Amino acid sequence: MSETKKFMYINRRPPYGTVYPLEGLEVVLIGAAFEQEVCMVFISDGVFQLRQGQDTIDSGMKNFSPTYRALGDYEVTRLYVERESLEERGLTEADLMPLTWEDEDDDWAEKPSIQIVSRAQLSDLLEEQDVVFNF
Amino acid sequence: MAFELNGRTYETDEEGYLADLSEWNREVAGYMATEDDCDLSENHWEVINFLREYYEEYQIAPAVRVLTKAIGKKLGKDKGNSKYLYELFPYGPAKQACKYAGLPKPTGCV
Repeated sequence: MSETKKFMYINRRPPYGTVYPLEGLEVVLIGAAFEQEVCMVFISDGVFQLRQGQDTIDSGMKNFSPTYRALGDYEVTRLYVERESLEERGLTEADLMPLTWEDEDDDWAEKPSIQIVSRAQLSDLLEEQDVVFNF
Repeated sequence: MAFELNGRTYETDEEGYLADLSEWNREVAGYMATEDDCDLSENHWEVINFLREYYEEYQIAPAVRVLTKAIGKKLGKDKGNSKYLYELFPYGPAKQACKYAGLPKPTGCV
């Protein structure tokens, strides 16, 4: 089990309305135990999953958005958000939750987890992966 | 499943985890521990309180690896290791401590 594979989890749905986003996030957290090279991608309506200030009280659903902030603890430190998807929805990086991870090898310095990438960059990233999951 | 304590009924799942985490109180934790022949010391409480704070902040119960690291950071290296945590919670630190803390079973825990 020494071989490390590159895992990519693609999130393309809005956070509430289906079980996919929450289930997908749980798969990422569970999978983190296997110490693979993991990244997450947010495209299409999936970018809403990282939206700041989510409030689910009236919908009766659990607001699980704080859980994205735990990803750093699970060593999931690369969250790619597609620039075009943000723009098409009138969003900017400032509308997203500020997510960070602490670099143990750099005196626990806080570093941003979210990286805004273009559609073309994403397609290159996709090429590099060994395993791709869609949620 | 359910248990009664001080005239109140508490619903649990089939493994004894509290169904509604808002019903939790210290007596509930103490009762669950006694059922497992475990006496809660200040060291146990440190971990239980830590888990409740973690859940409050992130809405999940951390995996044992994450718990160990986070405890080490907060309470010191002599406590942030498997040996110390397993001595306190022999059934598995995340699993057992989460139960007493009234949290669901940690994500990814079998």
